Amino acid sequence: MLELLWLVPALPFAGFLVLALFGRRLSRMGVAAVGAGSVGLSAIAAVLVDTSFLASPPAGNAWTQVLWQWVGAAGFGPQIELYLDPVSVVMSLVVSVVGFLILFYSAQFMAGDEGYNRFFCYMDLFVGSMLTLVLAGDLLLLYLGWEGVGLCSYLLIGFWYVDPANGRAARKAFIVTRIGDAAMAAGLLLLFTNLGTSEIQALMQRASQQWGAGSGFAVAAAALLLGGALGKSAQLPLQTWLPDAMAGPTPVSALIHAATMVTAGVYLIARAHVLFALAPPVQMAVAVIGAVTLLYAGFAALAQSDIKRVLAYSTISQIGYMFLALGVGAWSAAIFHLMTHAFFKSLLFLGAGVVILGLNREHNMFKMGGLRKELPGTFLTFLIAAASLSALPLVTAGFYSKDAILSSAWTSGAGSRWLWAAGLAGALLTSVYSFRMVFLTFFGELRQKPRLKPGICMVVPLATLSVLCIVGGSVQVPETLGNVRVFSDFLNVVLPPAAAHETAGTEAALQVVAGVASVLGVLVAYYLFLHRPQHVERWTATLAGARLHRLWLAGWGFDWAYDRLFVRPLVWAARANKADFIDSFSRAMAQLNVAAHAALRRTQTGHVRWYAMVIVMGGVIAIWILVL
Amino acid sequence: MVTVPVEHGLMLAGVLFALGALGVMVRRNVVFTLMCVEIMLNASGLAFVVAGWRWGQADGQVMFFFILTMAAAEVCVGLALVLQLHRRFQTLDVDAADKMRG
Amino acid sequence: MNAVFYVSALIAVASTAMVIIERNAVHALLYLIVSLLAVAVIFFGLGAPFVAALEVLIYAGAIMVLFVFAMMLLNLGRAATEQERQWLKPRMWRGPGILAFILLAEVVYVLTCVGWPAPAGGVVEPRQVGAALFGPYVLGVELASLVLLAALLGAYHLGRRTPPSEGGGP
Repeated sequence: MLELLWLVPALPFAGFLVLALFGRRLSRMGVAAVGAGSVGLSAIAAVLVDTSFLASPPAGNAWTQVLWQWVGAAGFGPQIELYLDPVSVVMSLVVSVVGFLILFYSAQFMAGDEGYNRFFCYMDLFVGSMLTLVLAGDLLLLYLGWEGVGLCSYLLIGFWYVDPANGRAARKAFIVTRIGDAAMAAGLLLLFTNLGTSEIQALMQRASQQWGAGSGFAVAAAALLLGGALGKSAQLPLQTWLPDAMAGPTPVSALIHAATMVTAGVYLIARAHVLFALAPPVQMAVAVIGAVTLLYAGFAALAQSDIKRVLAYSTISQIGYMFLALGVGAWSAAIFHLMTHAFFKSLLFLGAGVVILGLNREHNMFKMGGLRKELPGTFLTFLIAAASLSALPLVTAGFYSKDAILSSAWTSGAGSRWLWAAGLAGALLTSVYSFRMVFLTFFGELRQKPRLKPGICMVVPLATLSVLCIVGGSVQVPETLGNVRVFSDFLNVVLPPAAAHETAGTEAALQVVAGVASVLGVLVAYYLFLHRPQHVERWTATLAGARLHRLWLAGWGFDWAYDRLFVRPLVWAARANKADFIDSFSRAMAQLNVAAHAALRRTQTGHVRWYAMVIVMGGVIAIWILVL
Repeated sequence: MVTVPVEHGLMLAGVLFALGALGVMVRRNVVFTLMCVEIMLNASGLAFVVAGWRWGQADGQVMFFFILTMAAAEVCVGLALVLQLHRRFQTLDVDAADKMRG
Repeated sequence: MNAVFYVSALIAVASTAMVIIERNAVHALLYLIVSLLAVAVIFFGLGAPFVAALEVLIYAGAIMVLFVFAMMLLNLGRAATEQERQWLKPRMWRGPGILAFILLAEVVYVLTCVGWPAPAGGVVEPRQVGAALFGPYVLGVELASLVLLAALLGAYHLGRRTPPSEGGGP
């Protein structure tokens, strides 16, 4: 069964090709069948491959499938090889299953849009690229998938390209991630030129042999890869593109900007964990960036009025948690949170999509309200997802994954208490803003009646994901609560386990504190936004309050800062160099030619005597040279 | 016959050639230009004959023969052209036919 | 015997100088004929009777006469001579004069640098010239006849009186 591995990324690519070439001739149903179906088949293939892997793990807990030799130059021979180990098992399952559910949902969501075929085409290409990324055994192939998802992100954010604002958002996403991609390419080159291979496992092996801990090369390579991860995963300082990326259709936001592409950075760091372990300062930087980002995004989410922007900042914040986990060495906890986050965040987006579509593309939460009677199913699933996001104790998957991260943060090395405190504060904020979102959207008075209810294509994914949100945490339950270690045992064959953890008593205390924080957040949100909203209104009316609100709403002013620091000087320089001074060299040559021609033209007087004189002059000079 | 140093003969040819070249460069009347060309040809023929005399062979005279033939042919065609020039421009000014300029 | 050479040389140079200075076309032609005759004398002195005869017969006799005929056809008159006076200002001679002088100086320099052996001398009979012409140089003779044919045809065609309406020319 393992030989079917190549089908997993190949099927979505095949779907892309079919839709690109013949999509116009297919009916709507046909397009959706090919688009969602190819990913569905890929998911089935992934399930088959992965169950076979689980049932009888191959030697060394990893299986490689080499498809062909990509480049055959001397000393540089990357191959198209797929690598299956527990991490890629988890990732491929998440990507293909969640991808299929979202595509199934979009069959109805995007109905009525004239770019139907184009949508499924791009989505298939995206899923194919993402699967290539997570299954790649060669760093160059990973980079191929990396760039592919970046391209599809651009294409899909700017899907409704007629509105120039969408095009700008797409370009912003591409350019900001490009900065990260450039760092990653540099890191890739550094690794390849120093270690002589681009195959990931071989790289990690050679790195640990040749570079000691803390060596300059390891730090540089890890830092550069981190740069790439920061761009793709929208962490500080490259996070400005994600809120604007909400200009794309909601399924795009669900798939790309919640469940899969933005987690590519987390995956990269987990894959290259050997390298990061060799570079302690960089690993510490990962943790610190994660902690700061999760707080930053939490505050920003609190002030947003567009429902999708709340979710965007929430994504940034949750990925901050994953980075925090990676930074303290809790690799499997990070992947665990990645999985649960994929479930509840995509569910949140899909539910928000139902609301937005029903209210005629209304994004502003303050214009929504009281929808729980009108859209009961959506409300229920949305509530489950929000609860999972807030990590409500015991019943939600998010609780278990977030708890794993927080307890690892507590027991990690230097600065562990601060990191844990940041994570805890972030948990409180998460709870507040997610239930603020729930209360504003589904409670209160009904301002606008939704014009459509979700059909079967939308209900099935919503229901499936909500079930996963609840039971998904049961694969990893801490000691104090049942000690199920299926997930971490599975992953710890390839990822080093987290540092020794505290006694059961401290762990239980930590869990209680975390649980209290999330429940407290719900209550705070209820009080401030449903029960007595006038407190908040009065506070935002004050000078300080208004300023703070504006600051958080604009994402702590990063856009403004980048505009002043980078965009304006660059545009000024481009305008100043309008008559391209480098071009003037080649222009000067042309002008020189013209001038010389004009000068020589004047020697053609048409007078025979002048020509005779020139002949004699030539003869004189020739004899001079010959003789003298 | 004469026993003049060879270089004197060649120098004479050079002087005549230079005078012919001077005439071509200066004269504006096209007939004079042709005459000066004849002077130059004659001078080069003289040089060949002197060279043949230096070696005592007939080759110098053979060359002069060919130069003479060529000069005759050239004069024929040249004078025909002069007649055409005169007919078209009503002048013998060689500068009148300067349309091939620029 | 050498005096003959030098005297003829002097006459040749002087009359050539007169050719290029002279304003009247026919006078210039006559000077040219004198120059050619002087050169023919030099040829005799150099032991080349054949080419001396050719020089007189063909160069001075046929080619110059052709020039005279052309002059007659052109029918220039006194106005042409006046025009020549206008065209030949002294300052016209400066530039070309310098150039010609430099050319001459170079040639003289080249000639005096090299050490010339004594000339072989001796008369080269017309028989020898004929044998050479129709021996190794027979191809050149044939080509020369072709050149003359071409010149004949060309002169005939170019000299034709074309009707005034024709614009393109021959």
